[in-house]
Amino acid sequence: MTDFFNALTLLGNFLIIPGLTYGSQLALGALGVTLVYGVLRFSNFGHGETMAFGAMVTILVTWGFQSLGLSIQPLPTALLAIPVGILATVILTLLIDRFVYRYHRERKANPVIFLIVSIGVMFFLGGLIRFIIGPGDQIFFDGTRFILKAREFKQMTGLNEGLSLKMTQAVTIITAVIIVAAMFWFLNHTRTGKSMRAYSDNENLALLSGINPDRVVLITWILVAALATIAGTLYGLDKSFKPFVYMQLLLPIFASAIVGGVGNPIGAIAGGYVIAFSELILTFAYKKVVLYLGPDNMELESLVQFLGTDYKIAVSFIILVIVLIIRPTGLFSGKTI
Amino acid sequence: MTALYQQYRNQILFSLMAGLLILVALIQSLSVSLTILNLCLISAIMALGVNIQWGYAGLFNVGVMGFAALGGLAGVLISMPPVSDAWQAGGLGILLGLVITIGTVVTCLFAWSRIQHLRRQRYWIIAVIIISGYALLRIFFDPGADAVESINPSVTGYLGGLGLPILVAWPVGALFAAGIAFVIGKVALGLRSDYLAIATLGISEIIIFFIKNEEWLTRGVKNVNGLSRPVPYEIDLQQAQWFQDWAMAIGMPVDDASAVFVKVCYALLFIAVIGILLWLSETALKSPWGRMMRAIRDNETAAAAMGKDVTWQHLRVFVLGSAVIGLAGAMLTTLDGQFTPVGYNPLRFTFLIWVMVIIGGSGNNWGAVLGGFFIWFFWIEAEPIGLWLIDALTSGMDPQSAVRAHLLEGAAHMRLMTVGIILLLTLRYAPEGLIPEKKRL
Amino acid sequence: MGFLLGEQMTGGYGAADILHDCSIGVEKGEIAVIVGPNGAGKSTAMKAVFGMLPLRKGHVMFDGEDVTQLKPEERVVKGMGFVPQTHNVFTSMTVEENLEMGAFIRTDSINDSIAQVYDLFPILKEKRKQPAGELSGGQRQQVAVGRALMTHPKVLMLDEPTAGVSPIVMDELFDRIIEIARLDVAILMVEQNAKQALEIADKGYVLVQGQNRFTDTGESLLANPEVRRAFLGG
Repeated sequence: MTDFFNALTLLGNFLIIPGLTYGSQLALGALGVTLVYGVLRFSNFGHGETMAFGAMVTILVTWGFQSLGLSIQPLPTALLAIPVGILATVILTLLIDRFVYRYHRERKANPVIFLIVSIGVMFFLGGLIRFIIGPGDQIFFDGTRFILKAREFKQMTGLNEGLSLKMTQAVTIITAVIIVAAMFWFLNHTRTGKSMRAYSDNENLALLSGINPDRVVLITWILVAALATIAGTLYGLDKSFKPFVYMQLLLPIFASAIVGGVGNPIGAIAGGYVIAFSELILTFAYKKVVLYLGPDNMELESLVQFLGTDYKIAVSFIILVIVLIIRPTGLFSGKTI
Repeated sequence: MTALYQQYRNQILFSLMAGLLILVALIQSLSVSLTILNLCLISAIMALGVNIQWGYAGLFNVGVMGFAALGGLAGVLISMPPVSDAWQAGGLGILLGLVITIGTVVTCLFAWSRIQHLRRQRYWIIAVIIISGYALLRIFFDPGADAVESINPSVTGYLGGLGLPILVAWPVGALFAAGIAFVIGKVALGLRSDYLAIATLGISEIIIFFIKNEEWLTRGVKNVNGLSRPVPYEIDLQQAQWFQDWAMAIGMPVDDASAVFVKVCYALLFIAVIGILLWLSETALKSPWGRMMRAIRDNETAAAAMGKDVTWQHLRVFVLGSAVIGLAGAMLTTLDGQFTPVGYNPLRFTFLIWVMVIIGGSGNNWGAVLGGFFIWFFWIEAEPIGLWLIDALTSGMDPQSAVRAHLLEGAAHMRLMTVGIILLLTLRYAPEGLIPEKKRL
Repeated sequence: MGFLLGEQMTGGYGAADILHDCSIGVEKGEIAVIVGPNGAGKSTAMKAVFGMLPLRKGHVMFDGEDVTQLKPEERVVKGMGFVPQTHNVFTSMTVEENLEMGAFIRTDSINDSIAQVYDLFPILKEKRKQPAGELSGGQRQQVAVGRALMTHPKVLMLDEPTAGVSPIVMDELFDRIIEIARLDVAILMVEQNAKQALEIADKGYVLVQGQNRFTDTGESLLANPEVRRAFLGG
């Protein structure tokens, strides 16, 4: 029986908690991509950089707070700085919409043109971010590092394996749950949220019903900016902030959105967790788990691993490609929010 | 004035480009200018490949990086000498792995054609075949790969190549890219345009992952250095009597002269390739086939209704364009003399090429070439220009000032921003690019 | 002087005109039906009245006001309701949410209006929590009409409301439309099922190639042998 709990703890520590954390980060990112796709009808390649921009402003403000001695121990100060980050990102996305996207929207440009435009935005933002904060790694985490230490867990339970929970992991998962709940409440229970869904479902009928498209677009960008800032900051807190990483994050995020069914918020969230857990499940070495669960004198040469750890990120692309081929509408049929 | 510009636009724009390169030769050095020229030429070829797909057929391929890397891989596999120890140690396992992979794919295809009548079960059957094939692969292949990688890892640790002249790698690189493009096209070309974009982006990342991690084949992140050259080595030139005399005659130090000579050799080779490609593409565009492709691009439904096999034509164009990118990838490895898998990132190898095509003028081959030149030149020179600009603008500030230091440090990133702004401005004010597509009947 | 009147409307989407001096009108509490062969410009005439077609000549009067220059959304605010032929519900939203969106421009309480729609179409009350995309064709049309009624329009315009529904459902829908007209709403509709539609029509317009061919009461048109032979299949 102890062996069973040891195996379970092992899985919990290396699969479930990291999977939930990474999945939450992807889900928040994918939600932003899906909103843009549902309302503005294009794949936004600039979303990764929008996340990086939001995280960057949050970091700068965090540093400011830290130097002023402001803190909310044991929580990271960055949580206090997020609202400022959101505000700055909202202003940025609205400016970009006003000076870049609006022109093409009024001309009813092809979605591919929008996509290329978003690549231009990606370049611009990428440069802006590196210009302001530099291309290097930035550390802005403070507060208590661990909520539960592996050693304490072992002492508590008497097991061989430890279970640890980092502050950043707990903060990420809890924030994601709150944000997702708030988002769905907004979309399903407020007039504005419903008008966004209506606009995304059937643009012409929404116009006939008197829904103001400019307002829908405005609200969408505000939500996207907020989601991007939160997702970017949580990712930076948990892993580290490096501008280049956010561009790499774009693909798993797109994978999440598409796997779930692009344009469908529930799909985006499910997709985020599907991608995160697939990555971990396929690259986790099950050797110790098998040893615990197998007969006592069992010996094992191999690591019992489906794919090398190096292929972790590639998993999301492989799933993406398979879904695009077998079921392009995603697990939850997409296209509307 | 504008009429004159309209008439001689190509000549004016290309002369302007030449002028810029000459300016660099005068201000910086001839050698720098030639380095830029060579990379401009390779960029132009990549842009030509993308233009074939986008300009002729409206296919949005964001997997340029993957095809370029495959071409680069061809450079290694063709030109490096084989490592016989490695072959002895693990060759058998790796060959078995190859056989198992091919066997699995063939079994899958065969089974798929036979079980179409089963609905949901057919996915499970295919999954079982793939998983058992994969398990077999791991059993036979892994020991082989490990054995290969353990042979003298600091120098080799991989199978090596065929030891052939590197020029052979150019067409082979094109073939590699074409082969993968065929497979990708078969599965992904039915998707709508932005899905195709994301699918190709994903596949190109998978290719790079494969190249980075399969060390037995590519040495991965340890890089492969010392690829053979199609042109003489500087050191040989410097020691040759005739070259020393020649350098003396033109009044240049022998070191500089040898560097310039090698670069000119490369440039001539590249110009020959680009000339052939341009001639072929222009001929193709003017042919009835080119006319059909434009018809398909401009109105797919109508073309399909007229009995044109749109998917098949798209596949052909996709494979052709990718082959051109693969060729450019092989040329790039040749020029570098090394293969560095970590160097492939989508910003530089995919999106920048796209910027070249859009700004040059999609649908126009000369436009793509000019875009390749112009954007690459800018990509390289934006840093010194930016540095100079900021230095000049902040010269009134205290040299110790932190703001000034930060600005100078940030100048390197100005180019990302500038390229982005140029792209956005082009899309808005000149969506047809510098050299718009010719209106043909 | 009609309550809603499109007079001498001429226009089209591109260079060629589709409508030529076409006039269409309807009075309060009346049902007017536009019929005609395929490609006669029936739907186009309706769209012209609603402002979805650029007019080169002619104008549209509504409730004593010239609305020719107004956008469709602005006409909704003035009291015109429009039910398109296809894509006329929000498929991913529930029946009730569809009705709420119909009332988007209203700032007062809409519960009474929703109750009214449910009285008119009791089946919708049963299905109010279901996404409209999961309903049958006839039920969807009811949602579409209900959505348009939410603004309490003074005129309701229906573009082929019975397209693709069974004859029984069609009769049912026509009954409901008559009920709506009794609430003093003017109804203008385009119909493929000319005979049945003219039976309930106070006024009928037969259009051919974008021009008025016959205009009369529904009854007289049904009695007119020429109309019967050419447009009603004998």
